[in-house]
Amino acid sequence: MTIQTNHHDTAVRENAARDTWNVLTRELKPVARDPFTLIFSLVQPLIFLGLFAPLLIGQSGMPIGETLQWFVPGVLVMIVLFGTGATGSNLQYEMMTGSHERTLVAPLARSSLLVGRALKEIAPIAVQALIIVLIAWPFGFAIHWGGLVIGLALLAVFGVGLGSLSYTLALGTKDREWLFWGVQQTLIFPLLILSGMLLPLDDSPAWMQAIATVNPVNWVVQAERALLAGNLGDTAVLWGWTSAIVLAAIGLVIGVRAMRKSS
Amino acid sequence: MSTETIIEARGLTKRFPDQPKKNSKKVVEAVSNLDFHVGRGELVAFLGPNGAGKSTSLRMLTTLIPPTSGTARVVGHDILTQPADVRARIGYVGQLTSGSFSQRARDELLSQGAFYGMTRAAAKQRADELIESLDLTGFALRSVQQLSGGQKRRLDVALGLMHSPPLLFLDEPSTGLDPQSRANLWKHILDLRTQHGTTVFLTTHYLEEADRYAERVMVMDRGRVIADDTAPRLKAELAGDVLTLGFATTSDAERAIPVVQQLTDRSVRADTETTITVTAPDGDTLLPSAVRALDAQKITVTRATGVPPTLDDVFLALTGRTLRDAGETHESEETAQTDASPDDENSEQPNDHTPTATTAGARR
Repeated sequence: MTIQTNHHDTAVRENAARDTWNVLTRELKPVARDPFTLIFSLVQPLIFLGLFAPLLIGQSGMPIGETLQWFVPGVLVMIVLFGTGATGSNLQYEMMTGSHERTLVAPLARSSLLVGRALKEIAPIAVQALIIVLIAWPFGFAIHWGGLVIGLALLAVFGVGLGSLSYTLALGTKDREWLFWGVQQTLIFPLLILSGMLLPLDDSPAWMQAIATVNPVNWVVQAERALLAGNLGDTAVLWGWTSAIVLAAIGLVIGVRAMRKSS
Repeated sequence: MSTETIIEARGLTKRFPDQPKKNSKKVVEAVSNLDFHVGRGELVAFLGPNGAGKSTSLRMLTTLIPPTSGTARVVGHDILTQPADVRARIGYVGQLTSGSFSQRARDELLSQGAFYGMTRAAAKQRADELIESLDLTGFALRSVQQLSGGQKRRLDVALGLMHSPPLLFLDEPSTGLDPQSRANLWKHILDLRTQHGTTVFLTTHYLEEADRYAERVMVMDRGRVIADDTAPRLKAELAGDVLTLGFATTSDAERAIPVVQQLTDRSVRADTETTITVTAPDGDTLLPSAVRALDAQKITVTRATGVPPTLDDVFLALTGRTLRDAGETHESEETAQTDASPDDENSEQPNDHTPTATTAGARR
């Protein structure tokens, strides 16, 4: 057996768009090969849907459909918060096992290593959100298709932002997994509770409402509620998009900067 | 083999903060003022204990970390000003696992091909060639996580070769492998060289490996290259064969010393009461001539041994420490962690991304 050699002296040049595509398709390979991992990581949102929604229904005294209309949009945001918020651990694992180093020696634009990974998050988010919506449907959750499509797009932008931040945290904490998880968990739960995702914040103390006002997750949740109810013109939608776009911009900028420093 | 230069390092130096704290002014000089050339087609090994600066040097040459001062040209491009051009022309096999654990082996090869601008068809063909030539058939569709240590390492080499680079860097390629896998890996590396004239630059802390396979050994210690030659010449010039001659009586041994001394400029001395010893570079010719000369003087040699030197003797002659001792000292001194920690497979081998503990100040 001989190995053919054709020395590439017309060596490849970095190209951010093509490199991003290559990083993105590489990241999608394990997902495409084993799509059941997506369903498995839905366990947590499904538990909230199955065990928390009935409590809400009992408490509110509202019809099931109406309660789900309020609760399901929050569960979709929860998917992003828990799933995408933890995605940095995948990069951290690759940093610790060595394959991240290999990609750093490859002729790839540094930005592509972050952006490609962040864009990959859209796929699991879309699939998982659709599964949740389809599960809630027979229980009385009404689907407004136009609002759902725009809602998924909003989730995607929010996911790209949160994913970038999660990768940034991984690049910053390097091999200290405890630090990654410590920071991640410390942030996720306040963001979750102060978004009114599980329970309305209407009766909360003023200071909680004040924090919720500057919590982008809160605005994304409210926008999702409006969109999935078909109220496309609601001002909450505008605030949701603004929050998601600003978060994505910040995430991508600091993420790419962290990737450039990575060794 | 041409003499065209493929690596040219000039004053390559890397300092790390002694403590990972920002205000700390103390620095550790991991690599000091490295100057060397490597010609196209050479097989060169950096040999040295853990923490000698081998990996740090390699990480600078492969553009992973910038040097503190100095620079290098690698395959015709400057590592500081043209890192992208360097990356496109080198292959790199790091200390850890190149394949992502969640990916299938073949998928990683195809992704690697895409990263280097190969067409999908070319990448597929190349991947299948490498899978076959590196004995990965049957494992190619497994995830990297499921591969054995030896299979992972062969995949690492395949990934490094995917784009047929003219220059391949290997950082501790055989660490953590059993002797059989190690020999097998080396067979692949040597085949590659004879078939394609690929320049191979590796680091190792295994003496036998450098001795047996490398054509040129650069001995590194405390951030500096302290010797640079072929293994046989290093051994001949810096260590030499240890000859021991035994006699029936002490008086025979005493009378033998001046006779043997006439044949060599190295010092001949008594070893035990009935044996004498000399360490000489030309031991293989000295031994028979010494026996003949003693016979002529009617002194009967009853036992004769000649032990050829190892590179460890070279290291001992150069530094006053054996390679093993030096490695252990450095391991215990290592504190600062600059990068991800090694995985289980390599746990016996601490990263020498981490700087040596010798401070620049202390050395001056």
